Amino acid sequence: MACHKCAEKAVIALQHGELCKNHFLSYFEEKVFTTITKHDLLNRKDTIGIAASGGKDSLTVLYLTKKFLKKNQFPSHFFALIIDEGIAGYREHTLKDLETFCKKQQIELKKVSFREAWGVTLDEAHPKINKDTKKKPCTICGVWRRSLLNRHAREAGATKLVTGHNLDDEAQAILMNMFKANVGLAASLGPKSGIEEREGFVPRVKPLYFCTEKETRLYAFLKGFTVNFAECPNAREGFRMAIRDFLNDFEGRYKGTKQGIVNSFLEILPLLKEKARQDTAHPQACERCGEPARQMVCQACALQEVLHAP
Amino acid sequence: MNITVIHERKQATEHIQFAGKSVFELLQKINVSSEAVIVVRNNDVLTENDLLNDNDEIQLLSVISGG
Repeated sequence: MACHKCAEKAVIALQHGELCKNHFLSYFEEKVFTTITKHDLLNRKDTIGIAASGGKDSLTVLYLTKKFLKKNQFPSHFFALIIDEGIAGYREHTLKDLETFCKKQQIELKKVSFREAWGVTLDEAHPKINKDTKKKPCTICGVWRRSLLNRHAREAGATKLVTGHNLDDEAQAILMNMFKANVGLAASLGPKSGIEEREGFVPRVKPLYFCTEKETRLYAFLKGFTVNFAECPNAREGFRMAIRDFLNDFEGRYKGTKQGIVNSFLEILPLLKEKARQDTAHPQACERCGEPARQMVCQACALQEVLHAP
Repeated sequence: MNITVIHERKQATEHIQFAGKSVFELLQKINVSSEAVIVVRNNDVLTENDLLNDNDEIQLLSVISGG
């Protein structure tokens, strides 16, 4: 099968036709740069933290954020930020890949660990917290990761936090929130996360928002990024995995399904955000750690209390 | 034809015999979603419509990663 723009061999079949390696790379980069510009994700005055894990999404978003800043002559300072949760057999491998990548690309890398911040690894904390609350490791990990990313990005002066969330992540989150009737959580989605500007909260932006997971993996492969396969051992437990398989099955049969879900969602997102602004409590500072919170004590500190309960 | 399939995600190698011709047919036979893998032969990326040859060695790179 040949590229629909030239005679070269195609590397991917998209909804609008096949593309060869060079045309795919251009298409992908242009899509990311257009997302940044059209949705006003970054501006010249921003200091940028980039949440990184060492997987295909974060290496790609690191590389393309750097390329975007250079192409547009933005003077922005930027750095990669990784949270080491302490998941044996997983994080140590992706951390090594990230360190190698950042060194090669001359990108500053900041590392923070659960052990430094909370005194325990996720592997150590989960059994204790789960015993009292039945919370799954992904729930604990998500709460603590988000808290540390925000705190350390802000303390390093970041005005934006770039994440590697892609179209698949977003389509999955939209369906998960719909299936569980979590309208409030759905309102926080979109190329720019969050409902409103909050003091102490670094806005999160998603340059890969319109790129599928397959496109991102292909881009990383064709660019020669070293991405060793690594899957979090806790991910197999998740509701998300069932949604992911369902969506991939549907996308295989009906190309454009994921894009359709996200495009439809974006039509109603302004209404969801407006409703959430009216319905939810005004954010305040957690009385324990000072991070933004909707309760007196933020979720991260509440989990710590469970961990240290007698 | 005989095809060797190397699964990145399962970290396993499988030897397949099938009567089909294309990548699409191979993925159907082994029940793998085309959305979940990048198909590679001799470091070249294949699309679902590409044809396979007897004794090809195919790598299935996992699109899914992380948590």
